[in-house]
Amino acid sequence: MDNLLLLFQFWPLSAQLLLDGLLVGAIFALAAYGMALVWGVMNLINVSQGDLVILGGFVTWQVAALGIHPLFGIPVAAAVLFVVGWALYRAVVFRLVDRDLFVSLLATFGLSILLQQLMNQVFGADIRNANAAIGVTILAGGNVVLDNVKLVAFAAALAAGGGLLLFLRRSRVGRAIRATAQNARAARLVGVRTDRVYALAFALNGALCGVAGALVAMVWVVHPFIGITYTVRSFMIVVVAGLGNVAAVVIAGSVLGVVENFAGFILGAEFQTAFVFSLLVVILLLRSFVLGRRRQVLE
Amino acid sequence: MSPPPRTWQRSLLGPLLVAAAGVAGPFVAPQFQSQMAVLWVMVILALTWDAAGGQMGYNSFGNVVFFGAGMYASAVVQRELAGGADAVVHLAPGAYLSGLGLGLACALLAALLLAVLLGGGILRLRGHYFAICTLGLGVAAGEIANGIDFLGAGSGLVTPLLPEALGDRNRFFCFYFLALAGVCFGVLRLLYRSRFGLLLNAIRDHEDKAEAMGLPTTRGKIVAWSVAAAFLALTGGAYGNFVGFIDPLDVAFSGATFGVWMVLMAIMGGRGTLWGPVLGAMVFHVMQELFWTYLLGWHRVALGLLIVVIVIFLPEGFLGWFRERRAGEGAGGVGAAGAGAAPVAPAGGARA
Repeated sequence: MDNLLLLFQFWPLSAQLLLDGLLVGAIFALAAYGMALVWGVMNLINVSQGDLVILGGFVTWQVAALGIHPLFGIPVAAAVLFVVGWALYRAVVFRLVDRDLFVSLLATFGLSILLQQLMNQVFGADIRNANAAIGVTILAGGNVVLDNVKLVAFAAALAAGGGLLLFLRRSRVGRAIRATAQNARAARLVGVRTDRVYALAFALNGALCGVAGALVAMVWVVHPFIGITYTVRSFMIVVVAGLGNVAAVVIAGSVLGVVENFAGFILGAEFQTAFVFSLLVVILLLRSFVLGRRRQVLE
Repeated sequence: MSPPPRTWQRSLLGPLLVAAAGVAGPFVAPQFQSQMAVLWVMVILALTWDAAGGQMGYNSFGNVVFFGAGMYASAVVQRELAGGADAVVHLAPGAYLSGLGLGLACALLAALLLAVLLGGGILRLRGHYFAICTLGLGVAAGEIANGIDFLGAGSGLVTPLLPEALGDRNRFFCFYFLALAGVCFGVLRLLYRSRFGLLLNAIRDHEDKAEAMGLPTTRGKIVAWSVAAAFLALTGGAYGNFVGFIDPLDVAFSGATFGVWMVLMAIMGGRGTLWGPVLGAMVFHVMQELFWTYLLGWHRVALGLLIVVIVIFLPEGFLGWFRERRAGEGAGGVGAAGAGAAPVAPAGGARA
């Protein structure tokens, strides 16, 4: 708890944690937005979301290992994961649409194990990082140091999210996706090929995860078995922000980033993962408590 | 519709046969004793998962929490009784047994407490929310144990060594796990056949209706989860001594092995049945021992693939598949004997 005191005694430290958290929160928001897209359109919760993120990270690491600047890994990871998402849909996920909860949950859980073990075999169980080496920005007379990569990550996350939003709002295909989300049967009646819409939604989710993963690999590290933390973070953000509210997703993501940063600093880095999962339990309990109260009021 | 009620002698036949094979096993093939011990552990894991996952419809990915909590509770109690981590290696038989007994008792208490406290909150969640919450719980428990120095943190705990006077360690724990699996099977069978079993199935089929009919759903859910937790803790508490060393992430709260296996085994055999998890555990364990070593690192990839395939193509498991086939044949039989069946229908109609 000594660290807690330190935060009050030395304000730039708090500013540092706050800014870092806000910037990296955008990465969480990106993966969460993908989860919300799939959840909203296909009524499916993708437990393998985090493993797609990690896969994007490994793609970026591979790009960097080939001697190409890791920033180019962002579009490459997006493209690769778009294809992976499409392939996963055609191979497995299309069988889960309209199946009961049990099947969709456990099947994506199986996919998660499959992906993480595949990555473990292909890329190895080492901790990997794609160092972009683009310097730092110094604020407050040297007391607050921001990694430029985090600034880039923030901008890239906003650009990817904004681009997808525009696509969904303005394009014809985007309108088909939203129509399917609202009422799949009605969309089919007016000629939307919903199967293709589902495939596209899952592929777009893959691309979002790819971008998020590329940023994760540059800002932190990737490892085959840490995907589950990103699944849980995405789930938390979507539960708090709701489906189809992009601004809320971004805000919730940033708040999560800040809270996690402070918790990691105060409790110590070894408890940061435990904190994320405990937060999940608390948020879900709060949600059920709040919903329970609301129901009582309505009655 | 339902098969004619079986006499109690016949219904005991299956369990007794399995138990006899289990008792004879270590004497017939002593070289496979440790695999047999693990087999009974697997049977307990699958049976307890099914109590909530199959019978009650609450898919939990975090039941391994109770297994690990029991393991740690038992190991810590034994360590403190023996007076430190160095003293646990050379224990007299009496001290070992009393330590293990007390450790298991504490494991049981800890798991029950945990199940009631956690269950009171978490079991109010439904569907996805419950599943993902338990998923988080399982990982969080491992991470927390990994950070606490009193529990050995990342370097783990050494558990007491079985004194030589008590015989072979593998045989000792093989019989312990066999007995525990038998008790677990018996208790679950009694529960499923009682009104309580009907309550669990009612929760699975339509919880809101069950609640509207005045059934104590929350209490039922907590009791079912606590029963599962109790047996998991008794298994975990002894499993620590069986393997001799507790690692927080790879042994106690191992989501990638036991945590996943228990789900897969229960589904594979047939969830929501009594024999399904037993069958699933046996098939899975034998399969794992026979083939998986040849797959080297790829066996865990195969595990993920197996889950996806089983869940999508065989969601009711082996037993469900058999049952469906038999039902299909039965329906075909009625169709073929349509002329014979027809006169019965008007009689039924007249009565109505």
